[in-house]
Formats: sequence, structure tokens, C-alpha cells
Amino acid sequence: MADKIKVGHVHMSGCTGCLVSLADNYGGLLTILDKYADLVYGLTLADVRHIPKMDVALVEGSVCIQDKTSVEEIKEAREKAAVVVAVGGCACYGNITRFGRGGQPNQPQHESYLPIGDLIKVDVYIPGCAPTPQLIRNVCVMAYLLLKGNKEQQALATKYLTPLMQLAERGTEACGCDLMYDIINQGLCMGCGSCAAACPVRAITHEYGKPNVNREMCIKCGACYAQCPRSFFNFDVMNEFEGIMELIDGALK
Amino acid sequence: MGTELGKYKLCVSARSADKEILKKAQDGGIVTTLFKYALEEGIIDGAIVSGPSDEPWRPRPFVATTVEELMTSRGTRYNLSPNVSFIKEATRSYGLDKIGIVGTPCQMQAVRKGQLYPVGLRDVPDKIALAIGIFCMENFPYQSIKQLVEDHAAMKLEAVKKMEIGKGKFWVYGERGQVVQLPLKVTHKYEQPGCHVCLDYVANLADVSTGSVGSPDGWSTVFVRTKNGDDIWSKAIAAGCFETKPIEQVKPGLELVSKLANEKITKNQKTVEERAKFGVNKALRNPYISPK
Repeated sequence: MADKIKVGHVHMSGCTGCLVSLADNYGGLLTILDKYADLVYGLTLADVRHIPKMDVALVEGSVCIQDKTSVEEIKEAREKAAVVVAVGGCACYGNITRFGRGGQPNQPQHESYLPIGDLIKVDVYIPGCAPTPQLIRNVCVMAYLLLKGNKEQQALATKYLTPLMQLAERGTEACGCDLMYDIINQGLCMGCGSCAAACPVRAITHEYGKPNVNREMCIKCGACYAQCPRSFFNFDVMNEFEGIMELIDGALK
Repeated sequence: MGTELGKYKLCVSARSADKEILKKAQDGGIVTTLFKYALEEGIIDGAIVSGPSDEPWRPRPFVATTVEELMTSRGTRYNLSPNVSFIKEATRSYGLDKIGIVGTPCQMQAVRKGQLYPVGLRDVPDKIALAIGIFCMENFPYQSIKQLVEDHAAMKLEAVKKMEIGKGKFWVYGERGQVVQLPLKVTHKYEQPGCHVCLDYVANLADVSTGSVGSPDGWSTVFVRTKNGDDIWSKAIAAGCFETKPIEQVKPGLELVSKLANEKITKNQKTVEERAKFGVNKALRNPYISPK
């Protein structure tokens, strides 16, 4: 189809878990590649050596600033892609690579890992470790509607993507502490339990209805804060949940 | 009546046809009965509900996979139960493919956000089979309930049979038959602060939402909201799970629901606006605008 968008997967310092998550859409991924997106770049999936021009770059992993190639590639991705999406905790916030201090063979001098937003402007965040197949899928469908849809679809995609763009503007630091700083300290927590459900390392429990974060266990993926209904809650999208879920299901049939 | 009641396909006053459920139900036993029906019919594999814990009147969220377990969750406990915290675990160690979940309006918001933006809820969005919302003006931390019952109502928590908020008062019923009522003026300061920015009274985002307001004693008002909710509700009605009356024919009726919904939304909208100028040129965060 001529109307497909061009998507690339740019691999920085990450574990490939984000790419596996994308693949875990199974049939849905095939539909996406069939109808909506051409994969024009991807280390393991496309036989292309240099980052080509593309509509959407899905970037996985943080940038090791001691690795020249990585630094060049992330800058090139920004130049070549209309939209840069940070996929997963490492690209958004550094995640587990925040704890890297070098000293590992065969590149012991590789010790500094930065979220991509510290080096380039990032348009959309998909936090989480790993980010979920379903959120990656939703963003892919919405990105397609934004670039190729009719006016109404573009409006919906804009509404949907706005909070994920605002997360990108919010910054490159995340921690379970965000629940304290930006939710409880702000008088916004209502004890629903979303943060504990979202945490991939079970660092969050609820004590008398409020989250308690084991900060030693927190890997700084940003899932808890982004999942919290009091980090963002866009009524114009949420009130249409039934229709939007039908639309996404329909798009992947 | 405008948007304050959310979208809905139908609204009725209803009561469970199951005498055993009604024995310990808060009002019409709607939630327990609908989950029981869904469980028995295989519409859900289990339901995240709140049941008793090791402290009196402190709810503990758990996954009920049998009717016996479900029965322990009957009634309202008026303090925090983080039911959503089990939403991923229900699909993992409990192995549920079709989840039922009950919660307050904010918890229904959490469920829908989790489906549209599943940041940390891998494989959960497609497994929500029945989300039941309960009307909610505000909620309390456990320690608030303890203080209200033990300090203000001078009763032991262990000796309380039922708590209820209705007719402008907080009611505490003792096992020995004593009844204490506290004016809501007393309870207000003990409310959970996070409730004061909530703009939803009747769980607008649930499949089915229910609460006592609008219906006579022992009955509940029920809103059927989504296609999925409508499908399950009509099957349950056909199976004889509920007695129903048209909402237009009961007192106090939908007008009271609307009035209370508008009161809550207006008051809390004002709180949200005041937060914007809380400090000196410094605002508190507004989650309805941005996560920043």
C-alpha cells in the first residue's frame, strides 16, 4: 500500500525487550506491517545499514555517551525521522541503565548511559519495562491516523497522543518517588492501586490504601507514574474509551 | 440532567432475587449478584473485590473465583481498598482470562486508563470482562473510619454491624442494635484529600454502575452503560437474577442522583480551579491538563 507510514526501530543500549514487546503483538504486528507501516530500519528485522528517512523512529535503549556510533546514530535518527518515539524505560528515563557504572568487558570504559531526551528532542514517550505490546500497538495505530487519517481521525490521534507528548516534555528522570512528589505530595492520590499493578519489579505495595515504594528495588522505568490516573487523565479521550477500543481492535483485524 | 450522570443505555431501580446475598448486602446486592451470575455463566473467571482482612472493617482486595469467596465481599466498608492493584496479578498467578472488577468511580477511571494507556499492564486491556462501578461521594483512609467510629460514635469497630452514608448522615449500626448517627459536617475533614479533585459521582466509565441513591431502602439505582454491560445485564435479567422497577416510578428517583452528582462535581471543580492559584503565582498540579 502506498499510503503506509515509514517506521524504523533504532536500537541504542537496551535489552531488545522493547522490540520483543512490539513483536508480541503477533498477528496484530503483521496487520500493522501489512496495512499501516513499512519497517524501513531495524537491526534484526530489516537489512538496511544506515538510518534512512522515516516518519516514525521507535527508539529503544539509552545512549552510551562513550560510544561514538551510538551518539552519532541517535542524532541521525532525530534528523531523519519526523517523529521520534522513546520506546521503553531506558529510552525515556534511563531505567536500569541508570545504574551502569562501567567496568564490564569488553568495553569497561562504557559507563555513562543517558536517556535519549538528554541528547535530542523526543516527541512521544512510551514508558515501562518492558513497554506493553498493547501500548506500542495503540501508539502505532494513532501515529498512522495522525499522519494518514482524515480530519476526524487526526483530531482523535492528537488527543490520544497529547499526554504521551507531555510526558516527553516533562523530562528524563523517573522513579517510584514520583508517586510521592507528584501525586501524594500534591494531594492527588486516591488509593486505586494502579501503580502497584504497573510496577514490573513489584516494588510497590499499598499500606492502608496508599502506595509504599521500596526504592532499593525501583528500576526507574516510569511505569507507575504514567499508569496513575492522577498523573494524567484526559476526559476527552477516556470518555470515548469504548469507541476507541473498538477502533483499535477493528484496525488490527 | 446533563453530563453529570455519564453515558448510559438504561437506568432502573433493582434488587437481587437472591435472599442469601440480600442478608448482608449494603442495598440491593447488585454487585455480588451480577458477579455471581457472571461467574456461574463463565462470563468472568473471577472478580477483584474487597473482602475482610485481619483488622475489623479494613477491606483487603482479593480475587474471588468462587461464589463462597464472593459472598465474603458483600457490603460497603467506606475505606480504601486498592482493587486495581490486583488487575495484572489476576491475569498472572490467578490465571484469569476474563476479569471482573468492582470499584469506585476513580478506580473505573484507572481501569479505562489502563486499557487505553496500558503502560505497565501487559496483556490486561483485553481481559477486562465486567467492570462494575459504585457511586461515590468521597472515601476515607482506614484510620479516619477508626476515628469516626471509635472517637466520635464511641463504638468498638469489632462491634459494628453496618456503616452507611445516607440522608445526610453517617450511620453506624452496632451488633447489639444500637444506632449512632454523625452529621456529615463531622466526617468531612476526615475524607481522603485525593477525592476532592474527583469529577465523577456515578462511575461514568463502568460497564454497569450502581448505588443506593435514587432508590428506596433495600433497592439500588443501576446504570447500564456499555454494550458489554448491556449484554450481561440483559442476560442476568432474563435469568431472573433481579427484581426491577422503572426509575421513573420510584422515590426519590433520578432527580436526587443528578442533584448529588452536580453538587459533587461543582464543589470539586472549584477545588481544581483553586489549586491553580494555591500559592503565590504557584499552582498545584492539575492531572486533567497535563502530567507535568
